[in-house]
Amino acid sequence: MHSREGVDGGRRQVLKTGGVLGLFAMLGLLPAAALAGIDRKAFEAKALNEALDALGALIAEESALITLTAPDVAENGALVPVTVESTLADVEQISILADRNPTMLVAQYTLPKGTDAYLSTRIRMAETSNVIVLVKAGGRFYRASKQVKVTAGGC
Amino acid sequence: MSTPSKIRASLKDGAYVEVRMLMYHDMENGRRKDEAGNLVPAWHIAEFRVQHQGRTVLEGQFGTSVSKNPYLVFRFRGANKGDVLSLSWQDNRGDHRVDEAIID
Repeated sequence: MHSREGVDGGRRQVLKTGGVLGLFAMLGLLPAAALAGIDRKAFEAKALNEALDALGALIAEESALITLTAPDVAENGALVPVTVESTLADVEQISILADRNPTMLVAQYTLPKGTDAYLSTRIRMAETSNVIVLVKAGGRFYRASKQVKVTAGGC
Repeated sequence: MSTPSKIRASLKDGAYVEVRMLMYHDMENGRRKDEAGNLVPAWHIAEFRVQHQGRTVLEGQFGTSVSKNPYLVFRFRGANKGDVLSLSWQDNRGDHRVDEAIID
């Protein structure tokens, strides 16, 4: 069973270092995400459920209002183009995962009001697997996924 | 010294700004071996933020599975031609840089 100790310890550490981070943030040296204490644990997760748990997204509804564009076959796993678009209202966060990578969470984006639910990027994929996108909208998580066949792994 | 990021920001249909950006970074995932067979330590951009005149329009965190030289396209509203956009990033070693672009 996965212990919660590590997670809580991490939060305490964030609180303790909050003052220093706050100072850096005021000086404009750090993106605000560090100040918000977003849990880097999700980036270390080596199992999908562990990553989803760390993101608070264990419960996510499949949504047809998310359009995930990725190639059916990627010849180069080091550069797999992924585009996410959603017509869900009040999208505040988008996360991209690859479910057979050594660490599954690829990137997490925070979208303030005024920023469209549209992102296009390039990711690494170790092997044939699913690209999963999680969209947080109105405080709830939605997901979409697509299998990408990888002919030469890029991790 | 890190390489300046490439940022292209264009007002489209007078309605939204499309931002295309390329952050130059090796994004070592910590699993690659060098010629001598030693593991190359993980070294990657951990966080980035884009601001339009002091207001954050996108921010995010990267793990080790973002491709080398991270490329990103996004769209936001509420800006005009000539406005300044800034992109900052910080990597897991604490290196950071800030670059600016003017919306055209």
